[in-house]
Amino acid sequence: MPSIVEAVPLSWVLVLAAGLFCIGLFGALSRRNTVGILLGIELMLNAVNINLVAFWRYIEPNVVAGPIFALFVIAVAAAEAAVGLAMIIAIYRARRTINADEVDSLRG
Amino acid sequence: MNTLIMALFLILAAFILFSAVMVVSVKNIIHAALWLVASFFAVGALYFLMEAEFLGVAQVLVYAGAIAILILFAIMLTRDTSGADDRQLHRRWWLALVVSGALFGLILVPTAMTTGWATVPPPSPGQPAGIASAREIGTAFMREYLLPFEVASILLLVALVGAIVIAFERRERRRRVLTLAEQVRLRRLQEGAARPEVPAAPANVPTAEEG
Repeated sequence: MPSIVEAVPLSWVLVLAAGLFCIGLFGALSRRNTVGILLGIELMLNAVNINLVAFWRYIEPNVVAGPIFALFVIAVAAAEAAVGLAMIIAIYRARRTINADEVDSLRG
Repeated sequence: MNTLIMALFLILAAFILFSAVMVVSVKNIIHAALWLVASFFAVGALYFLMEAEFLGVAQVLVYAGAIAILILFAIMLTRDTSGADDRQLHRRWWLALVVSGALFGLILVPTAMTTGWATVPPPSPGQPAGIASAREIGTAFMREYLLPFEVASILLLVALVGAIVIAFERRERRRRVLTLAEQVRLRRLQEGAARPEVPAAPANVPTAEEG
């Protein structure tokens, strides 16, 4: 029964997850739109999940902890996205802006 | 068959990375959210390729079905009314590029490529491959992982209540016609939000707008 374990080396999947993580990191660090920062964070969480599933499938496929860990990451990402977007909406109502550069009243 | 699997993986990987680059680089934030949805679907397809079917379905349902819709609603509720669409990257975005490029090229790729991972040898044709499927995931959630399961449900409840509390709009602010003092205050807020280098378009008088 051919599977991905014989077809693709593990390091390729890890490099894919690393590339996705670094692209998400760049997006989270450099965008001014706050929702854009959240999009970068979601990309990083997806990269972590790909890593988890790759390690589970290639090294210990009969242990169930891999997909369970990934499911918890998905649940926590959903909760964090909900609260973060609620905060963005509240900031927009107070300041009329979602630019991360302009919400700096704590600075100085 | 192996080359087919490798070709599928390379196509999926190219699409994932391409849509991720599109997410962080397009100007329109709605287009960025749609490219993110495309990357969610591609990651779900990758889970199916790695034989984690339950996780693939959960990814499509939760990420592409709920989180993406939530992001689009938040974008729609926070549209910039002054129309000022100045640059969407920070002034020092090249520093973020250097940091993420260094993390990728100097730390992650050498570690992934040079470590000898202890991968399982493929099973002999006699015995079936024992891969944890949805049945084992469900059993584990009720046995070994029962406490984290319950804690995660409490976390979701807390996030639900917290999001409502944070974004709740008090009833007295929903009047359609604002008093003159409220109009002046709103105009001052909007003009304060516009930056000097942007030619500040006069904010439309909010007569039918919630405070």
